[in-house]
Amino acid sequence: MPRTSRHARDVAVVAFAQSDHLRRTDELSEVEMVMPVLHQVLAQTGLKAGEIGFTCSGSSDYLAGRAFSFTMTLDGVGAWPPISESHVEMDGAWALYEAWVKIQTGEADTALVYSYGKSSPGPVRDVLTRQLDPYYLAPLWPDSVALAALQAQALIDAGETDEAALAAIGARSRACAESNPHAQLSGAVPQGDYQVRPLRTGDCPPIGDGAAAVILAAGDTARRLCARPAWITGIDHRIEAHSLGLRDLTDSPSTRLAAERAGVFDAPVDTAELHAPFSSQEVVLRKALGIGAGDVEGQAVAVNPSGGPLAANPIMAAGLIRIGEAAARIHRGQSDRAVAHATSGPCLQQNLVAVLEGDPA
Amino acid sequence: MTAPASPPEVLRAPLVVEFPFTRSLGPVQSAFLTGLREGLVLGIKTSDGTVMVPPVEYDPRTAEELRELVEVAPTGTVTTWAWNDRPRPNQPLDTPFAWVLVRLDGADTALLHALDAPGPEAVRTGMRVRVRWAAERSGAITDIACFEPHDGTGTGRAEPHDGVFAEPVTGIVAQARLDYTYSPGRAQTAYINGLSERKTIGERCPSCHKVYVPPRGACPTCGVATTDQVEVGPAGTVTTYCIVNIKARNLDIEVPYVYAHIALDGAGLALHGRIGGIPYDQVRMGLRVEPVWTEGGRFPDHYRPTGEPDADYDAYKELI
Ligand SMILES: [Zn+2]
Repeated sequence: MPRTSRHARDVAVVAFAQSDHLRRTDELSEVEMVMPVLHQVLAQTGLKAGEIGFTCSGSSDYLAGRAFSFTMTLDGVGAWPPISESHVEMDGAWALYEAWVKIQTGEADTALVYSYGKSSPGPVRDVLTRQLDPYYLAPLWPDSVALAALQAQALIDAGETDEAALAAIGARSRACAESNPHAQLSGAVPQGDYQVRPLRTGDCPPIGDGAAAVILAAGDTARRLCARPAWITGIDHRIEAHSLGLRDLTDSPSTRLAAERAGVFDAPVDTAELHAPFSSQEVVLRKALGIGAGDVEGQAVAVNPSGGPLAANPIMAAGLIRIGEAAARIHRGQSDRAVAHATSGPCLQQNLVAVLEGDPA
Repeated sequence: MTAPASPPEVLRAPLVVEFPFTRSLGPVQSAFLTGLREGLVLGIKTSDGTVMVPPVEYDPRTAEELRELVEVAPTGTVTTWAWNDRPRPNQPLDTPFAWVLVRLDGADTALLHALDAPGPEAVRTGMRVRVRWAAERSGAITDIACFEPHDGTGTGRAEPHDGVFAEPVTGIVAQARLDYTYSPGRAQTAYINGLSERKTIGERCPSCHKVYVPPRGACPTCGVATTDQVEVGPAGTVTTYCIVNIKARNLDIEVPYVYAHIALDGAGLALHGRIGGIPYDQVRMGLRVEPVWTEGGRFPDHYRPTGEPDADYDAYKELI
C-alpha cells in the first residue's frame, strides 16, 4: 500500500523503457524508433498490446514537420482493430497525466504511455520559436537557448548562481550519466563557448532523437505486474503567465504549487528527477521544490542520478523519462520516495510534478 | 564466404514547411500594434494600478477583463539580457546583439526585444535604453526595429490613451518557414528505391502475413516490425473510386477524372491512384488496371485498364 493515498484508485508506474538517445537517427522513421521501446516496456510486464486498457502518446508535429505525425507511430502499438487511444501535443509526462486520470475514472486498469521526438530533421532552436505567443514573440524568433539565457542572467543578477556553479551542474549531470547507457552525453564534457551568454555549451542540453514508454496499472493489477510498483501518490501540473516579462524568471511558483498539491512537502524525498534542460533551470527548480545543494530537511537527495536532460533531452520524451527514471529507482529498491518533474515551453512555463513511492520493505 | 550486403543508404531530402498564419487581433492587441505603427507604445492598466507592456486582454492573476489603455515612454530599463553572438535567421538584427527584457518608463512589466550594442561589455542589467523605430511600420512587434542605449532618465508616467486610431490594424500575418532534412527511414527508403526500378515493394508482417504497401515498417494490427520484402503488382483491382469534378490549383489534369483505391496483386491493402485510358463514367469496382509510367516519372502517373475480365467481388471484398 502506498503510504499516502489521496485518490480514488492507487495507480503505479510498473514498467519503463527508453531508447538510446542519439544525435541523428536517419535510418529510422518515427515508428521504427518507437516500436522497440514499446516492445521492451510490454515485455517487462508480460502484457500484450491488446491487453492494454488505454494508450496515450506525446509528440510534436513541428518537430516532425508535418501534420498528424503521431498517427504514424500508432502502427507500432497495434492500433487496429481500434483501441482506446489519445494523444497530447506535449511532452509525454502530460500524456501520462491523461492516462492517470483515465485510470482514476475506472475506465481502464492499465495504460501504455509513450512519447518521442526526432529533433534531427529540423533546426530545433528555430522550430521551438513557433510555440511562442504569435503576436509579440514569435515574429522576433527568439530561440530556446536565448530565452533560457535571459533567465540565467536574471538568476546571476539576483545572486542565486554564477557561471562556475552552473558549470558544476553540467559536470555533475554528465558524470552521473556515465552509469546510464541510454544517455547521449556522459563523462567529462567541456563547458565550452558561450551559446547565448551567459549560457555555454555545457549549460545547454544536447539535441537528439529518442523515445520512452511507461506502463501504468491500478491496485492489484500493479502488484501482479511488478514486484515493487512505483505508486503515484500525487501528481499535478500548473502554468505561469505566458508573457515572460510578467514573470519573476528566478522563481517557479507553478512548480511550487504543483509540488504542494502533489504532496512533495508532506515527507522527505530521496530522489529528484528534474526536467531542467538548462543548468540554470535546475537552480530555479531546486528553490521551488526546497531541495538544497545536497539535501532536503536534512536528508540527502539524489538529483538527476540518471544524468538528467543535460545528458539526454529528446524533446517531448525528456519529461516522461524523468518520471520513468524516478519509478525505475523505486522498482530497483534504490528509492522509497521520489519526486519527478517535467516542463514544457520556454523558461519553465508549464510544470508537472509527481510523487512516486514504493511499498515499505 | 561473401560479406553480407550492406543495407542501402537511407534516403534524405529537403523538406520546407512554410505557412502564413492570418491572425485577428482583439481590441487591446489591435490598439497596441496600431500604436507601434504610429510610433507610440501603449500598455494596459489593471484594477490595482499595475501597467502591463506589452498589454494583455485579461489579468493573468485575476482573469479580470482589461481595457484601460495608457501610453508609456519609448525609453526604459533592461531587467535582464543575454548576448547573442550568432544571430539566427529572421531574428531582429543580423549582427551580434543582446536579447533584452525592457521595462519601459511607466510600465511595471517587461517587453522582450533586441538591443543593438557594440558588445556584451556594453550591456548590463539596469542600463537605460530607448526604442529604435523601424523605417517602415505596418502594425507589428517588428515595428520596433530594436532598442539602443540611451543616457536619459524617464518620467515613469503612464498617460491615459483612448486607443482610437484611424485605420486600426485588425490582424497580422505571421509568416513562418522551417527547413527540414527529411529521411523516410528504412522501410520507406526500400519502397522509394523500388519505384526507381518501376517495382512496387511491400513488406509482409511476420505475424499476420498481411503485405503492406507502401510499407511504413510496422504492422498496425500486430504492432511488430514488417521486415520481409515482397514485390507486388504490377496489375491490380479497383476496389472503390470517386469522380473528381473540381480542378485543383496547379494540377494539370482535366476534370472529371477518377481517383481510385487499387489493390495491387499480392498486396494486403489498397493504395490510391488516378485511373486513365477509360471514360470516367465507365470505371467500376473490380476493374483490372495496370500502372502507366511516364518518362522519368518517379511513381506511376496513373493506372489504365488491362483488358482482363473484372475481378470477382469475393476476390477483393476484404480490401475495400
Ligand atoms: Zn500483422
